Amino acid sequence: MKDNFVIEMLNIRKEFPGVVANDNITIQLKQGEILALLGENGAGKSTLMSILFGLFQLDQGMIKVHGKEVKITDPNIANKLGIGMVHQHFQLVHNFTVTENIILGMEGSIVLKIKDASKKIKNLSLKYGLDINPNDKIEDISVGMQQRVEILKMLYRDAEVLIFDEPTAVLTPQEIHELMKIMKNLTNEGKSIVLITHKLKEIKKVADRCTVIRRGKVIGTVAVKDTSESKMAEMMVGRVVTFKVDKQDAKPGKVILKIDKLSALNNQKTLGLKEFSLEVRAGEILGLAGVDGNGQTELVEALTGLRKIESGKIFINGKNLTKSSIRERNEAGLAHIPEDRHKHGLVLEFSLSDNMILKEYYHPPYSNFGFLNFAQIKKHADDVISQFDVRSGKGNSSKAGTLSGGNQQKAIVGREISSNPDLLIAVQPTRGLDVGAIEYIHKRLIEQRDSGKAVLLISLELDEILDLSDEIAVINHGELIDLVRANDTNENEVGLMMAGIKRGEGQ
Amino acid sequence: MKKELNDVTKSLIATFLGLLAGALLMLSIGSNPIEGFTYLLKGGTMSIERIGNTLSTATTLILTGLSVAFAFRTGLFNIGVSGQMLIGGLCATIVGLTLDFPRPVLLFIMLIAAIIGGSIWGIIPGFLKAKFNVHEVVATIMMNWIALWVVYYTVQAFLIDVQETQSAGLPAVAQLKVPWITELFQGSSINLGLVIALLAVIFIKIVLDKTTLGFELKAVGFNRNAALCNGIKVNRNIILSMMIAGGLAGLAGLTFYTGFAENMQIGILPAQGFDGIAVALLGISTPYGVLIAAIFFGILHTGKGFMSAMTDIPPQIANTIIAIIIYFTATSLLIQRFWTKILRKKKKKKNTKGGVD
Repeated sequence: MKDNFVIEMLNIRKEFPGVVANDNITIQLKQGEILALLGENGAGKSTLMSILFGLFQLDQGMIKVHGKEVKITDPNIANKLGIGMVHQHFQLVHNFTVTENIILGMEGSIVLKIKDASKKIKNLSLKYGLDINPNDKIEDISVGMQQRVEILKMLYRDAEVLIFDEPTAVLTPQEIHELMKIMKNLTNEGKSIVLITHKLKEIKKVADRCTVIRRGKVIGTVAVKDTSESKMAEMMVGRVVTFKVDKQDAKPGKVILKIDKLSALNNQKTLGLKEFSLEVRAGEILGLAGVDGNGQTELVEALTGLRKIESGKIFINGKNLTKSSIRERNEAGLAHIPEDRHKHGLVLEFSLSDNMILKEYYHPPYSNFGFLNFAQIKKHADDVISQFDVRSGKGNSSKAGTLSGGNQQKAIVGREISSNPDLLIAVQPTRGLDVGAIEYIHKRLIEQRDSGKAVLLISLELDEILDLSDEIAVINHGELIDLVRANDTNENEVGLMMAGIKRGEGQ
Repeated sequence: MKKELNDVTKSLIATFLGLLAGALLMLSIGSNPIEGFTYLLKGGTMSIERIGNTLSTATTLILTGLSVAFAFRTGLFNIGVSGQMLIGGLCATIVGLTLDFPRPVLLFIMLIAAIIGGSIWGIIPGFLKAKFNVHEVVATIMMNWIALWVVYYTVQAFLIDVQETQSAGLPAVAQLKVPWITELFQGSSINLGLVIALLAVIFIKIVLDKTTLGFELKAVGFNRNAALCNGIKVNRNIILSMMIAGGLAGLAGLTFYTGFAENMQIGILPAQGFDGIAVALLGISTPYGVLIAAIFFGILHTGKGFMSAMTDIPPQIANTIIAIIIYFTATSLLIQRFWTKILRKKKKKKNTKGGVD
């Protein structure tokens, strides 16, 4: 019996200085299947796909397309071979129409082709159930729709193989469901798909086979329908993983954070947050659910002091901090795990020990009279490193930028929790992390709650909100839609609220 | 994740390429590059006097380089060193020409005046950047021209010499030249400025590496957003950084106008201010790197006259070498890419075992 492989990557080896990113990796993609590529962050998935897409050159091994060996030295060659990539961050021109975006960069005269192009896009959209209007402007359509435009872009270029890089990160549960359907349609029509993800639920839902990579090596390829989620997680992490977060019932105490009718402008200078009120109590995790871009950023920045407040008040432990500086807020007991760990969390060029004192360098024991105390700084870093299991090449003197995403995040979580804050604002604390690191960070957040601190969790991952929170607040268009007890609701209900439909309204 | 050259190697490669280009230029005008470089080096080092001159040229460059490097570390591009030098020099000159104190006191007041003058010229663009987000490159260039005309006016109005294009000469007590040092170096222009420059190198080294201020400044320089998010006052640091950079440039002005020279010419933006950018780049923005780079440039500047006297090579070749070195340090990314390519071609199959990050 001979399988019909569209793409074969055989015995791929790729080294970076001191690191073997891909060690003798073989993956084979069958015609018409969805192959999931599962692995922890830093396991080598992205490197492997970058090789296939011509962004990196392989050191050893070969790539075969339809059984013929090919050399892919740049993305154009990959495109010509029918390989297309749907990137995590969309590459669209916002004030262009769908059609204009799709034909952008294609040869020939745009003026003459635009009608034909529209027609072709319409047909493709119908064929695969994408439900796209070629004449809509990108800025007028939802994120889920924008992703479909990215897919259409590939289809328009006659891609046979589509690589999806963490495609569900930006979608609502309902949109994820739609995307899964589209992927099925694509394979039914003969396309083949590689799905890079760390979400086992999605693999279980759509993938046919799953190749698990750990530390640059293939652990195995399994048929998804015969393999349980926990088995796959175990293969990926190398040990048994518990999914359900173990936690006792919350014992809410006094109000730590009180947000009173807070309004703030967004970057477009319109109100991104509208008279938002909320209370977070000691000993509870309050999860804020919402689709990306509905005022979460504005709320977090207004709370932490990064954004100007238009009206309303903020209290921590009863103290009015509405007009306080960032440092004053920190000193009043606020800690913040920022959404973007590279932009806001760490100074990547600094060593780990310097990063660990980024908030506290100015007072003893880390400095005296303006001079840094390196012994204490190193000791503090070592404490965080051992308590929070931060792994790095050179211990406390490793540059933060050399750590893997998971370890960078653990370092930030460690820094924030070790300052013993009354209120911890955790924004997307597990974004882009692998199962092992997610599990770890979740445990730490619950510990924080159990030790009687308040935690405000802001996440786009509904599962995370549902698993961790004691109370769930839903934000839509900068307004609080509803506040519900976590064990009193479900994914579907919260999903509807995220779309702006209050409890009891609509369906 | 790529094979990274370290910064020192990059600087050395840039220097080598600059010298290589100089050699090609010498060849192209029919001269012998080995001969050229020998005279260039000799011109900067062959006698005590010439070494003294090299060091006195380097003195100003150390301070201007330090000024640029310091601002760099906070993520700012101080292109206004020339203007800050002028104002620093002007303040010191005014003090030197008007006050009458015992020499140590007078020199000390001149030093303080130079620092204050340069600092003010640095604070203004720092403030504009922090408060109104005016790009510091634009603001500092403007400040250069304002300084030029301030000096022009002030000198003509108050400090005029018999010659109309320069200020009156400073009395010997108000100069950084000390007779015994001058004699020791057989009449070279070396002066106390070198001590000031070396102290500044050590001072800046300590500030950057050992203090909370340096910690803040570097955090702001590497990642403004993260610094802000962690409670560091970014705007205050921008102003402070420009102030210190300006103060260093003011000191450079002091060493140039009251040490190397003894009066101020009007209508000239000192080139040392711009050479400071090259010194900072080549010195990878570290105090010791700046020191070494400044001495290297000092040799080139001092030796070029001798080279052109002894050969047919015009002194401009030395300037060209400096320019090319700047070019290559500024485009070190290209060197990096080129290097990676070479490595890939002659790569040995060495299996370094190690975990994935």
